Amino acid sequence: MDGFAEVLGQALALILSGDPDLVEIIGLSLRVTLSAVALGCVLGLPLGAVAGAFRFPGRAAVVVLMNALMGLPPVVVGLLVYLSLSASGPLGVLGLLYTPAAMIVAQTVLVTPIIAALTRQVVEDLHGEYAEQFASLGVGPAHRVAALLWDARYSLLTVVLAGFGRAVAEVGAVIIVGGNINHVTRVMTTTIALETSKGNLELALALGVVLLALALTVNAAVMALRASAVRAAYA
Amino acid sequence: MREVRMHADEPFCGAPLLRRGLTPVPLAEARDLTLRADGQALLDGVSCSFAAGRRTVVMGANGSGKSLLLRLMHGLIRPTSGTVLWRGAPLDRRARARQALVFQTPVMLRRSVLANLRFALAVRGVPRCARRARAEAALEQARLTALAHRPARVLSGGEQQRLAIARALACRPELLLLDEPTASLDPASTALIEQAVDAAHADGVTVALVTHDAGQARRLADDIVFLHAGRVAEHGPAAQVLSRPRSEAARAWLEGRLHLGP
Repeated sequence: MDGFAEVLGQALALILSGDPDLVEIIGLSLRVTLSAVALGCVLGLPLGAVAGAFRFPGRAAVVVLMNALMGLPPVVVGLLVYLSLSASGPLGVLGLLYTPAAMIVAQTVLVTPIIAALTRQVVEDLHGEYAEQFASLGVGPAHRVAALLWDARYSLLTVVLAGFGRAVAEVGAVIIVGGNINHVTRVMTTTIALETSKGNLELALALGVVLLALALTVNAAVMALRASAVRAAYA
Repeated sequence: MREVRMHADEPFCGAPLLRRGLTPVPLAEARDLTLRADGQALLDGVSCSFAAGRRTVVMGANGSGKSLLLRLMHGLIRPTSGTVLWRGAPLDRRARARQALVFQTPVMLRRSVLANLRFALAVRGVPRCARRARAEAALEQARLTALAHRPARVLSGGEQQRLAIARALACRPELLLLDEPTASLDPASTALIEQAVDAAHADGVTVALVTHDAGQARRLADDIVFLHAGRVAEHGPAAQVLSRPRSEAARAWLEGRLHLGP
């Protein structure tokens, strides 16, 4: 117990001192995760909205696929992205392997189905309320998708949060395609794994505390925003 | 004076013109509309019309097909058989844009009152620069200006219904379809809705309104379509239908008796 308290104290000291290595790792983690979530939103939100708002042949299969892909094993995604980006792979010429860009690609593959599938559910529910009014007004497809996404924006914050949670805590895929290279592709989760195995528990725990604080802060902010939106009947 | 037709199989198309011996073209017309679901006829050979510039009130008991008729006339659902005509031609997308439907339960977007209006105008292709002024004018007419920036969904039922009517009228329809707009509203809210309907009619909008309320029919109707069990039981000028109903269903309804028979 004393050992744990001592390590925790050292970890907190590391955080409070603004250790450059720690800051660099946190910065890269946020850059990779936020980029992946942003890309996931660009792809997943419209995809989910279309699946939620329209009936088309094969829609049921698309919905099943989206839901199934929510549970993609990160290491499998990492392996597939690795094979695609490796020198002999179809995207090898891009030279992205073992770069933050490769990690962004892997995380985007992981979070896009989550965002798309959850968006589909949110939009489908809202469309159920709006469908007759939209039909009466003669709302076209593009207008319909845009309106549904805008009006569901507070509910979709939770969806984006789910994507963020998946991405920021992810370790399997990014360690395969990023290689966990010091000062290049080392992010919070991969560093925690590495430093723990090396016995460097202060840094691992410091990163764990930051990761936890980050998750709590983002969750609290989104929930507060959503609660105010609910009070205003916007959600 | 010629006798005005009042039977379901003889569509009525505007009493004043008929009285002058003219043949009016109805703005919207149902010809032999039948709608079936699960083998049951929800509407059965309904023929009636909404004459231009008049207020047609559609009456009848629950389940008689009033709301379905409005949705069919607006093109929201397709009939099993029969035709909906707009100015004598089959109802199409362009014709539908000349109509506006207000639902019994108003559908408010998760936006402000003003944004709800601006959305409808945007969808109808009103230029961005004109939307705000037109939306504000509609709010003023509906006496909702003070609530312009409030979330639409926190308004009272009566305010939401007035907003729904304002939104519909902001699109400048030729035909305003209202599906029980005052159901479950208090008399004050009902009066405001009826004033809005009157004002729209005075501006030249043709009105078709579904109601259960015989008093409201007396106050608002120029013409009445009375549905019973999915069929037109009465169709004619309000004065005649209300004073000399031919069908037992309409007679019982207007006398406040319970009519449970076919």
